[in-house]
Amino acid sequence: MRIVAKGLTYTYDPKSPFAAQALKGVDLTIEEGEFFGIIGHTGSGKSTFVQHLNALIRLTGGALKVGDYDLSDKKCRFIELRGKVGMVFQYPEYQLFAETVEKDVAFGLKNFRKGMREEEISAAVQEALETVGLNYAAVKDASPFELSGGQKRRVAIAGVIVTRPEVLILDEPAAGLDPLGKQELMQLLHSIHGSWCKTVIIVSHDMDEIAENCTRAAVFSEGRIAMEGTPAEIFRRADELLALGLDVPTTAKCAMLLRGRGIDIDTDFTCEDFAEKVLALWRAKEGGDA
Amino acid sequence: MLNDVTFGQYYPAKSFVHNMDARAKIVFVIAYIVAIFLADNFYAMAAVVLFLALAVLFSRVPFGRVLRSVKMILFVIVFTAVLNLFFSSVGEDAHVIWEWGILSLSWESIVNMIFLALRLFLLVMGTAVLTLTTTPVELTDGIESLLTPLKWVRFPVHELALIMSIALRFIPTLVDETNRIISAQKARGADFETGGLIRRAKAMIPVLIPLLVSAFRRAEELGDAMDARCYSGSKGRTKYKKLVFTWRDLVGLFVLAALITGVALLNHYLGGKFDILAYFF
Repeated sequence: MRIVAKGLTYTYDPKSPFAAQALKGVDLTIEEGEFFGIIGHTGSGKSTFVQHLNALIRLTGGALKVGDYDLSDKKCRFIELRGKVGMVFQYPEYQLFAETVEKDVAFGLKNFRKGMREEEISAAVQEALETVGLNYAAVKDASPFELSGGQKRRVAIAGVIVTRPEVLILDEPAAGLDPLGKQELMQLLHSIHGSWCKTVIIVSHDMDEIAENCTRAAVFSEGRIAMEGTPAEIFRRADELLALGLDVPTTAKCAMLLRGRGIDIDTDFTCEDFAEKVLALWRAKEGGDA
Repeated sequence: MLNDVTFGQYYPAKSFVHNMDARAKIVFVIAYIVAIFLADNFYAMAAVVLFLALAVLFSRVPFGRVLRSVKMILFVIVFTAVLNLFFSSVGEDAHVIWEWGILSLSWESIVNMIFLALRLFLLVMGTAVLTLTTTPVELTDGIESLLTPLKWVRFPVHELALIMSIALRFIPTLVDETNRIISAQKARGADFETGGLIRRAKAMIPVLIPLLVSAFRRAEELGDAMDARCYSGSKGRTKYKKLVFTWRDLVGLFVLAALITGVALLNHYLGGKFDILAYFF
């Protein structure tokens, strides 16, 4: 599903002293099949934007189309849309509620696919749980509250992907995980991307995460889009990102330091590519010396 | 969904009422409530309404904002008013309009209903002015200060005030949390807006359980944080912000004394609430 936003605006608590304009005209197109990154400060409007995509926040200004769903149309089937656009919130483990993992994961399925047979449901739950790397037989009857933090998060993600949404949105999916957990989670998202969900959108503060994983990204700043493009295009403008008060990937910092010493490296800012380019330079220099 | 919870929501502004001493405001609200129930004819009620209008005016809180707090209990007001309309016993010489078994409708019960609805309305509006112009911390400080005499009988005043301020402090946090959980469950297809009462109540389970779990988690964290800062109860604790009684409170006191006296006089000289019916019959 292609996502097209034009001139999106949104104000929280309009007409009160707490009124805050979160979106001030956002134009953004996300193509089907992208692994899209959304970057921005707290309060830059990024969460407000993504919550528009499955109509958790109703459109009040501008136009938004998600696939064939036109969200400015009042007759738009919002519930159906939510089955197609899955959303994993920050700390999704805080949404778990059922007595068993199986029931919790099946919750979305029972809401979106009314009248599904029990065997079909448990088959779908099993597939979802195994996709997120959990042993179905071992966890299905466990209470979600007795699992470890990392396992809870996996269960929560399984509870969203179980309906096979075409677009999967994750808000800070790796927040609070240890480095290994983060790495595993990103691998998991790559395995979901393409096979389970055509499009994956992640909202993140972690620039290394964006540089390593995303095909394209957008930088939100004060309710507008400040930059948009491939990670390589965005992080080439590292100085602008720093001026916006945002971080840049470690590779971009290294590239800046090297540029200050007169060495330009044309990289896409993934660690692998950066290492290759540095190695190539070094080899070229060695060759020249010899 | 939960944006209507005005309770414990402070409206920031600089005004006469905002600057009054919290203790004074609490006492005023109590006296005001007494006045509401004391008022026994339309003139006295008008005086109370006038007082409320003045309080809202000087608080600089938009009228609609104060009115929003009534929205929450509108159902209660309508419900009790309707019950009163048909079930109130108004004596032998009532001007009955319609009667059926134990149900009866008379001009007297209509007057009763108007008074009851008006009283509930004024009650909520008045307390809303208090909570809109006083921060929860000031409010509990005020209550603690007012209840100090109870310390003599070993009543845990400080602990009570602490419980109240924590409860008030966590209302907005838990409202935020609830909204977040509602969004998360909506994203998983939960439907809170359709179906009958039982279906809707059942639909709330996926919200209430995570909310309860997180409330316990927060309580534990808060306990740890208080321990870490060596909290040990009221003994030897000093206050950062002291409550001060000022000229504003004195002015308020005079206005309030005028209200109570006025209501009492109007009650005494202008008869009971049913006297108005004498004009019609």
